[in-house]
Amino acid sequence: MTKIRPSLHAAGSLILVAWVSGPVLAGVWGTVQIAMSHPDGAGQGLRDLLAWRGLVWSMVGSLGPGLATTAVSLALVLVLLATTAHRPGFAVLRRMVSPLLAVPHAAAAIGLAFVIAPSGWIARALSPWATGWQVPPDLLIVGDPFGLSLSLGLVAKEVPFLLLMALTLWPQLDAPRRLTLMASLGHGRVMGFVIAVLPALYARLRLPVYAVLAYAMTSVEMGRILGPGLPPPLSVQITLWLTEPSLASRPLAAAGAGLQLALVALALALWRGGEMGIGAALRTLQERGIRGLRVDRAIGGWGIGLMALILGLTFAGFAALALWSVAGLWEFGSALPARLSLTVWQNAANDMTRTVAVSAALGISVAVTATVLAFGVIRRPGLIPLIYLPLILPQVAFLPGLTALFLRLGLADSAFAVGAMHLVFVLPYAVLSLSGPVLALDPRLALTAASLGASPARIFWRVHLPVLLGPLLTTLAVSFAVGLAQYLPTVLAGGGRIETLSTEAVALASGGNRRLAGAYGTLQLVLPVVAFALAAFVPRLVYRNRSALRGP
Amino acid sequence: MLILNDLTLTLNATPLVRLNLQVPAGQILTLMGPSGSGKSTLLAALIGALPAAFVQTGSILLAGQDITALPTAQRRIGILFQDDVLFPHLSVAGNLAFALPHSPGDTRQSRAQAIDAALESVGLGGMGPRDPASLSGGQRSRVALMRALLAQPKALLLDEAFARLDTDLRSQIRQLVFEKTQGIPVIMVTHDPQDARAAAGPVLSPLGQVLQV
Repeated sequence: MTKIRPSLHAAGSLILVAWVSGPVLAGVWGTVQIAMSHPDGAGQGLRDLLAWRGLVWSMVGSLGPGLATTAVSLALVLVLLATTAHRPGFAVLRRMVSPLLAVPHAAAAIGLAFVIAPSGWIARALSPWATGWQVPPDLLIVGDPFGLSLSLGLVAKEVPFLLLMALTLWPQLDAPRRLTLMASLGHGRVMGFVIAVLPALYARLRLPVYAVLAYAMTSVEMGRILGPGLPPPLSVQITLWLTEPSLASRPLAAAGAGLQLALVALALALWRGGEMGIGAALRTLQERGIRGLRVDRAIGGWGIGLMALILGLTFAGFAALALWSVAGLWEFGSALPARLSLTVWQNAANDMTRTVAVSAALGISVAVTATVLAFGVIRRPGLIPLIYLPLILPQVAFLPGLTALFLRLGLADSAFAVGAMHLVFVLPYAVLSLSGPVLALDPRLALTAASLGASPARIFWRVHLPVLLGPLLTTLAVSFAVGLAQYLPTVLAGGGRIETLSTEAVALASGGNRRLAGAYGTLQLVLPVVAFALAAFVPRLVYRNRSALRGP
Repeated sequence: MLILNDLTLTLNATPLVRLNLQVPAGQILTLMGPSGSGKSTLLAALIGALPAAFVQTGSILLAGQDITALPTAQRRIGILFQDDVLFPHLSVAGNLAFALPHSPGDTRQSRAQAIDAALESVGLGGMGPRDPASLSGGQRSRVALMRALLAQPKALLLDEAFARLDTDLRSQIRQLVFEKTQGIPVIMVTHDPQDARAAAGPVLSPLGQVLQV
């Protein structure tokens, strides 16, 4: 039996490698084939793309918000860690930020739009007494040509992600002792952080940062809701071409996908260059023995201030979603609706119930599958860079090819295809969520159980699973939330026939019905919150008499 | 009787353990040596959890059976660590029930009685329903001991099992363990000469040198 294990292990690795990288590689290959399928020859899709008048601005709309979002989010997270990680209030911040990870991008974007638009909550609250506006001003705030509001929305979503990734790494860095040491040498807090903690932190944070860069450049739902309109960011335009009823634009879309892939590669190379430049500059700074005491005063409250602004806008956005969904008459110039009404909820109850049922069923089956697979991946650390592949390669680059593959296999436009697509993107998060607790598990538990005569199966079912109940439920909740948020995979693999909360919310966001969009946005918020609440509550109930497992 | 037949453990061609010996039932063999000298490696080999980087030669015989190639679960060797390693999700009684083998004709009641008796025998009567985390260090050690013994091991390994206990408790628990394991061979790894003296058996280094304490 002991002799079979290594080969079983190798076979398991192989299957997982295929599962994680297979869809991505097959998708890229399929996309290339679509690009070459044009009746006028392989180069026609590319020529059409180059002839498109919006090309330059759509590329700017991808690169600009991508680089800006990543730089601002990373800087903010680092400043926060450097200036506040040692303060007692930091734990509170962490608890406020964690649930934000579960918020679908579409809901966050719609909420933000409801707050900052010319007819949004801020303008309503300030008008007419402060602004003098009697009607919403003709300002292009949401969808501005430079992608500023898109960047703001992306920053609001990516800061919690990076902050939580950094906090997960924090215990490995021995940061408090290193910072005390730097302070005892006379360094300021920020300078001490930069010299003693940042190099080790960034080395481990690099893949998540790359994922943020790639995501911010290519997010379709955020780009559609908050991004510039004419032309939209490249990934949004590609999606529009892909979902045209006629198939004529698909080679054009595939050429665009290739361009988007190259653009992401370019941005990653630029970022890498920036990393090296900043690294060299910091080493010089360090060798000169600069203590940087003035830096602390200069940076001071910026981190907390900006974080408060972002959290404020995000939570105001959630409140705006809920409020619009029950708003009766709400004239411009009033801070709150004149009347509340449940009309939208009543009228759309049937549609909503169906959409929620489809989304929940899909989400649960994908979450369970992902959690089971994650268990298999975790003990193979060599696979971790591979796990990030679907997060770093732009979705629009390989989803068209993958959709074509499903089509050829006769699986397209089905719930199965949608679920399989979701799994590609959910699995990485399941692995990230579960790997810490599994690797932290005391190996002597299994050894003790075995020495008492327990078989491997008994150890798994009777020791590992119960001890990991809390982390497993959290992983299920994370997976559920990530799956629920998927937009592009749902649209492409579902062929418009599978309607989930994400597809409905994004579709409604561009329409005029704020009440209905608010209702779907609210539902998109509520489902993950319920999942996380269950994940927190069940271990407390089951282990109410087991203080070691009750969780934080 | 536990027999190590020319058992050697090497790491990168460096021999860490070379032992050829017999531990009869009721004897406590003490292994001492500096950190990294291979004491814990020997215990890992005995229990069947030797990391792949080590090369093992020779054989291990327990109660007349060659167990060298058996998986941990079939070796019938118990182990106690520095920490109690009680299963945190089970009650005290649940931890003991996990170890208690099923025998033909046992009932829920007979198993519960066996567990109660085991607890009673170490002064923990009535503690069965408790959360292990709510017990004191000494109480947890006693539960861990009874859990190991309920599995009816044919030998017991002590991996610095008393190192975490303070002095008073230490001699008390040590005495209890030695009392309860009189019918089986015991191998103890320790840093503490007092442990070795109390064991009153041979004291060796992992390379087989006889040590004086």
